[in-house]
Amino acid sequence: MSDAAQPLLSVKDVTLQYPAEDRVVTAVHRLSFDVYPSERFVLLGPSGCGKSTLLKAIGGFMAPVAGEMTLGETLITTPGPDRAFVFQEFDQLLPWKTVLGNILFPLVTGGMPATEATERARVYISKVGLEKFADSYPHTLSGGMKQRVAIARAMAMEPEILLMDEPFAALDALTRDHMQEELLTLCAETRSTVLFVTHSIAEAIRIGTRILLLTPHPGQARAEINCDGVDREDDSGRRLSSRIQEMLFGKTFDGGAGHE
Amino acid sequence: MSNPAAREAAAERPELFYEPESVPAEIRAAPKSLLTRLADNTVLRKTLLLIVLAVLWEIYARALDNALVLPTFSSTVVAMVSALASGELPQATAYTLGLLFKGYLAGLLIAAVLTAFASATRLGADLLETLTAMFNPLPSIALLPLALIWFGLGEGSVIFVLIHAVLWAVALNTHAGFREVSRTLRMVGQNYGLTGLRYVFRILIPGAFPSILTGLKIGWAFAWRTLIAAELVFGSTSGSGGLGWYIFERKNQLLIPDVFAGLLTVILFGLLVENLVFRVLEKRTVIRWGMSG
Repeated sequence: MSDAAQPLLSVKDVTLQYPAEDRVVTAVHRLSFDVYPSERFVLLGPSGCGKSTLLKAIGGFMAPVAGEMTLGETLITTPGPDRAFVFQEFDQLLPWKTVLGNILFPLVTGGMPATEATERARVYISKVGLEKFADSYPHTLSGGMKQRVAIARAMAMEPEILLMDEPFAALDALTRDHMQEELLTLCAETRSTVLFVTHSIAEAIRIGTRILLLTPHPGQARAEINCDGVDREDDSGRRLSSRIQEMLFGKTFDGGAGHE
Repeated sequence: MSNPAAREAAAERPELFYEPESVPAEIRAAPKSLLTRLADNTVLRKTLLLIVLAVLWEIYARALDNALVLPTFSSTVVAMVSALASGELPQATAYTLGLLFKGYLAGLLIAAVLTAFASATRLGADLLETLTAMFNPLPSIALLPLALIWFGLGEGSVIFVLIHAVLWAVALNTHAGFREVSRTLRMVGQNYGLTGLRYVFRILIPGAFPSILTGLKIGWAFAWRTLIAAELVFGSTSGSGGLGWYIFERKNQLLIPDVFAGLLTVILFGLLVENLVFRVLEKRTVIRWGMSG
């Protein structure tokens, strides 16, 4: 990342809390990081490290108790189509709309003329290879296809940044593998900026250009490392995955890339 | 396979490779037989069921041989045809249906306002829940004497009890449906910048449609039975008289086949609305969307 570039998303000293039964739980404690254009920035950590909460806050669904988040020049306060969300759940597709209808939905509600919106939706449907299913309803699709539609819907909005909350976690291993490959191809084509949440070290290494490691209870930064998609050995002969493993859990497992 | 001996034994077995044969299309997906396809037809099955019920009625009534207690199916049909031809039955039915629609629509409108208030504010939700708990168990017909004092004889009091019959069932189901719309779908709507009425119409209403439809159906059934009961008990309240009054009058004149013809009309409209209106609405919406549970 060149030093001259401005960060697209900037998170400064953010603390996030949510109310539980009888107390307030701190999910994220004084966290800061920057995401630059075209980066695939991965938030990686075990459950309880606040990574999904953080993503929801950046999405504008909850406000931080301290610190601030800015996208470009604007302070994030409410949800908005400049930060397109892809959720883990399959029910993020509107059941009452077809595949085409789902992808059109945010474009049309955003005020784009119908013909232009349809044209763009068709482009993204073909990008995810679902031309034959354009008129199908979501409940007739497989899990992988539903996530493809969700990704196409988010990308068709051509947002400033894509927020992906473990989008492949509910898929079977084979489909997940395939989808990771597809996502990388799509990102290469569209030069999208992606903020990606996962708890899988292997997935983080494969997807991310930069990985933020978070430790749990409350979520705090442990490290921010660069990555080129390959589980490389460093000078001392240790694999990236095993270094991450040690930083997150304080111990090493041999060949520990397979933690899913 | 962690046992080394077992692993070695497995390694000795040769690897096998197969070439799947091409399976002809009619085996991959065999067409259904004509009988199966007929048996799959819901309309056909239900029609057959209705015919069987009519035949059983006819047989039993003939065996009983007492037209004052139970006229035969055929004499009921004859009475119905002549009542239809004379224009009395159509007139009574039209009057009843007119009232029904007015009451139903007014009930839906008020339910929409109440539910909107309930989903917008916590106080509104409390109000709706309290009112529903109070009034939903109260039979509408029990309000008719009071309505007669407030609105006098005529349509006004009947529409009042109809609103009472429809309102609570619809409001309660719609409100419950709104609350059950998944968190993910709500966030999707907000993500795309939907707020206020656009959010309600594009996310909440379709998302809650299964519950809303249930409310509409229950409301319709409540309205129908309330209206017939109101006409039967206080026939003169509705002035010129609808189906309930028609049934009541014929009973007084001991025209029992005509009484049954009136009842049959009520039943036919129930079947018609259920199978044409609601069933079609369901097929076009929640079934098509895979939301029918």
